Amino acid sequence: MTAMSAQASGVPANSVTAAPPVDAARRSVKIDVRNVDFYYGQHRALKNISLPLHTNEVTAFIGPSGCGKSTLLRILNRMYDLYPGQRATGEVLLDGENTLRPGLDLNLLRSKVGMVFQKPTPFPMSIYENIAFGIRLYEKPSKSELDGRVEQALRGAALWEEVKDKLSQSGLGLSGGQQQRLCIARTVAIQPEVILFDEPCSALDPISTAKVEELIDELSEKYTIAIVTHNMQQAARVSQYTAFMYLGELIEYGPTNHLFTAPEKKQTQDYITGRFG
Amino acid sequence: MNEASDVRERTIPVAAREDDAVTDMAMTNAAGATASAGRASVLRRFALDDLLFRTLTRSAAIAVLLLLGGVIVSLFYGSMPAIRAFGFGFLTSEIWDPVADKYGALAAIYGTLVTSILAMLLAVPVGLGVAVFLTELCPHKLRRPLGIAIELLAGIPSIIYGIWGLFIFAPFLQAHVQPLIIAVTGPVPVLSTLFAGPPYGIGVLTAAFILAIMVLPFISSIARDVFDTVPPVLKEAAFGIGCTKWEVMRNVVLPYTRVGVIGGVMLGLGRALGETMAVTFVIGNAHRISASLLAPGTTISATIANEFTEAVGDLYTSSLIELGLILFVITFIVLAIARLMLMRIEKKAA
Repeated sequence: MTAMSAQASGVPANSVTAAPPVDAARRSVKIDVRNVDFYYGQHRALKNISLPLHTNEVTAFIGPSGCGKSTLLRILNRMYDLYPGQRATGEVLLDGENTLRPGLDLNLLRSKVGMVFQKPTPFPMSIYENIAFGIRLYEKPSKSELDGRVEQALRGAALWEEVKDKLSQSGLGLSGGQQQRLCIARTVAIQPEVILFDEPCSALDPISTAKVEELIDELSEKYTIAIVTHNMQQAARVSQYTAFMYLGELIEYGPTNHLFTAPEKKQTQDYITGRFG
Repeated sequence: MNEASDVRERTIPVAAREDDAVTDMAMTNAAGATASAGRASVLRRFALDDLLFRTLTRSAAIAVLLLLGGVIVSLFYGSMPAIRAFGFGFLTSEIWDPVADKYGALAAIYGTLVTSILAMLLAVPVGLGVAVFLTELCPHKLRRPLGIAIELLAGIPSIIYGIWGLFIFAPFLQAHVQPLIIAVTGPVPVLSTLFAGPPYGIGVLTAAFILAIMVLPFISSIARDVFDTVPPVLKEAAFGIGCTKWEVMRNVVLPYTRVGVIGGVMLGLGRALGETMAVTFVIGNAHRISASLLAPGTTISATIANEFTEAVGDLYTSSLIELGLILFVITFIVLAIARLMLMRIEKKAA
């Protein structure tokens, strides 16, 4: 419901048709994806994708499996660089700087663009260390300062109350939902500017899902967020903008309530009403 | 499995077709009856096959256990005279005097442990480095050739390491490396004792070098395999918060695979403990414990290999067999620990 209010403030519900241009002009663009193509070897997985990610807004990516949503996300922090044979062309401007250019400092980029994965990925160390590890990569805080940062991050991920008595235990001992929030806390702790969520709730139960969604909503006050999801209700609940992708193409992009209530393309309508995909 | 189901499918239609020819009227009934009769006989044959198969494999397994038991029993039986003569003192005495018929295993046990541990100290860092390079840093095209080269190193017969060690490596160490070590460590208090004496070329240190080269491929290929068990998404998560490759290895991959890596190291240690030929060539075969690593020494397996042919008298032979028993126990303990650790990581991966 917080998402609803955010939508209401961002996009006047009764003027949906006029909303996109007004809205786009008013809000600043954090990441601008321009004419991006992506190749797995010879296979062209993304075809000429262009869209903006607005500052401090949640942008959802929906579409059937294999449509390139996750691929697009992995371009934004250049995770694909780990694998030979994968390459992207075009431009991705983060605050105006092209992050696809060769020679870019990948560690710096990834400290600015954090990522939360489909499966929770706590590191094989204690809960405390899971958070502190990331902070120590970039700063040399004192012990008390570090304690404060860890607590702040865990509070930020709504996990503090549940783990404050067992910070020295392994992060692997937490439940799936707690692990996922630990990963979110870890991502938040290094103070990124953008957070990418790759189907963050697909391995979680409904209660954990609700907690994570609530968290995403709170995080969007400070961070620019992109989320890939298979759950259209989730996209509608948490995002202000939605992009519908199909077979590597961006079919439609717009304010979430506009896309879900009055989609312009027939494919979008078919997908969101469950006729295919 | 596949063959069995093929047979079943083939048999039934044949039975059904024969029935067609006999009578049209009761076709379905008769076909059903014959088919089920046919199936019963096929199943009986399967049961027989299965019994045969089970018996064969079980006897093979039992044969292995019997062999192991036989080895243990004959080692015990063979070493009884020595155990009776020296008792526990066999383990603590350094004296090995075939002329006076007095034997003690301490020098050999010491040599075995020191050469193996030194070899591990040399081989583990290098082996892990190779594994890290192969899994994380190596360009894809080089990965396979390099991996195969490392495994070929494991396939070289130990006698070849032995002659190479004796004729090429030891003289090289004697001429170039050992004088340098002696010169450098001379003024340092503890190290000067460790590297005291003339540069013989052969000796404990040389044996440790050769052993290190021999166990290196074991350590790196096992480490490479356990590094590959790390879920890619876990590494991506670490890269995702901006870790460098070194940080990912140090903080995520190594802790995640710690148990498996230790298991691999222990398997390497097991091999180092038992290695015979190469060590016999280069260790110098002297039954004494010297503080200097440059001095010649001996190991359990080198002693056995060297002296068995010339062992005269029951006590001499029996003492050699008891040495074998001790080596068996040491290796068994090391390998058991390694297996336990590998089992633990497999459980974690599943």
